[in-house]
Amino acid sequence: MIQKFADWLVYDIFGLKDTTPIGEAVNFFLYDSIKILVLLFFISLIMGIINAYFPIERLRNYLTSRKLYGLQYFFAALFGAITPFCSCSSIPLFIGFVKGGIPLGVTFAYLITSPLVNEVAVAMFIGTFGLRITAIYVISGILLGMAGGFVLGKMKLEPYLSGWVQQIQQHSSAESDKWETGNTPFIKRLPKIIHEAWNIVRGVLLYILIGIGIGALMHGYVPEGFFEQYMATDNWFAVPLSVILAVPMYANAAGIVPVIEVFVAKGIPIGTAISFMMAVVGLSLPEATLLKKVMTWRLICIFFGLITLFIIFLGYLFNAVL
Amino acid sequence: MEIKVLGTGCDGCRALYETVGQVVKELGLEAVVLKEEDLMKIMEYNVMTLPTLVIDGKVVAKGKLSAKEVKEVFLQTIG
Repeated sequence: MIQKFADWLVYDIFGLKDTTPIGEAVNFFLYDSIKILVLLFFISLIMGIINAYFPIERLRNYLTSRKLYGLQYFFAALFGAITPFCSCSSIPLFIGFVKGGIPLGVTFAYLITSPLVNEVAVAMFIGTFGLRITAIYVISGILLGMAGGFVLGKMKLEPYLSGWVQQIQQHSSAESDKWETGNTPFIKRLPKIIHEAWNIVRGVLLYILIGIGIGALMHGYVPEGFFEQYMATDNWFAVPLSVILAVPMYANAAGIVPVIEVFVAKGIPIGTAISFMMAVVGLSLPEATLLKKVMTWRLICIFFGLITLFIIFLGYLFNAVL
Repeated sequence: MEIKVLGTGCDGCRALYETVGQVVKELGLEAVVLKEEDLMKIMEYNVMTLPTLVIDGKVVAKGKLSAKEVKEVFLQTIG
């Protein structure tokens, strides 16, 4: 439907030919923008509804009050995926978890998945790569959080937390949060949830349009298979190189996915592209500086180093099986 | 009355601080509006979502709020 609308607007109304680069670029831009904005709005809406009923306080109480036999890594990573990521909340969350007596490894599982799998990334992935690749991204993102959290938990890294966080940890208690939202009926909450979903769309709108714009231009003007000569599968260093380049980068998913799509369309292997995306979205320098408030540099380096290795491994794996 | 906005200086926190200031003026409340950016002090309120709105030492709302929502919270708290 959207494709028909884009075709009609570009070819019939604007009078551009579908064989010319400019026609193809404008069509791609319109189609992708509309599709992704609609998707993003609905995914934000669904996540908003889930979050209204499972606030993070409830997860913390759940994780501290039950014996879960290893499943806590799964729940922490899953919740990281479905809660909206906001960098301003990640540190209070971290401390809130530590304070509640949740093991460091489980906290890391949440911390890894939370930025990696978020509503913007999911909407962009469905819109550009389709459901199959999105499912692979989301599931491997959650698995990465679980595995990363588990390994970091086993490494006994508590001494490398900042001093004041260690003190909090020693005095941790499974206190339950007294403050609750109360039982507001769903119908009353809905306007606020819709409003927040709209805010998410508005917040990334510009990045999406710029990202799709660049993607559209490359789509129209860069020849097929152009990148293949530089970054083909048989270049063994392509995966680690793109991941290591991506770690310090901080692009929100909105801007980078449409560009990556074109890279893939023009010959970059999908595994290299997914691992690049994971490193861009999941790890960044601004996040490292935020974490500095609660961790020593040594712990941040171990954390980032291990996740980087895992992502490189995933890249090779995807290239081999997809 | 003492109103505090807890936040580590992100956009959402700054926006809430400004909104609260406007609402206080609009409703003509006698209140001091403060910003708390010190992480260790913030953690004493036992919150995991920022920004957070605190009135007289009590957490009354979390997350980003519109002017309308801030008004509702004020009216509820003041009674």
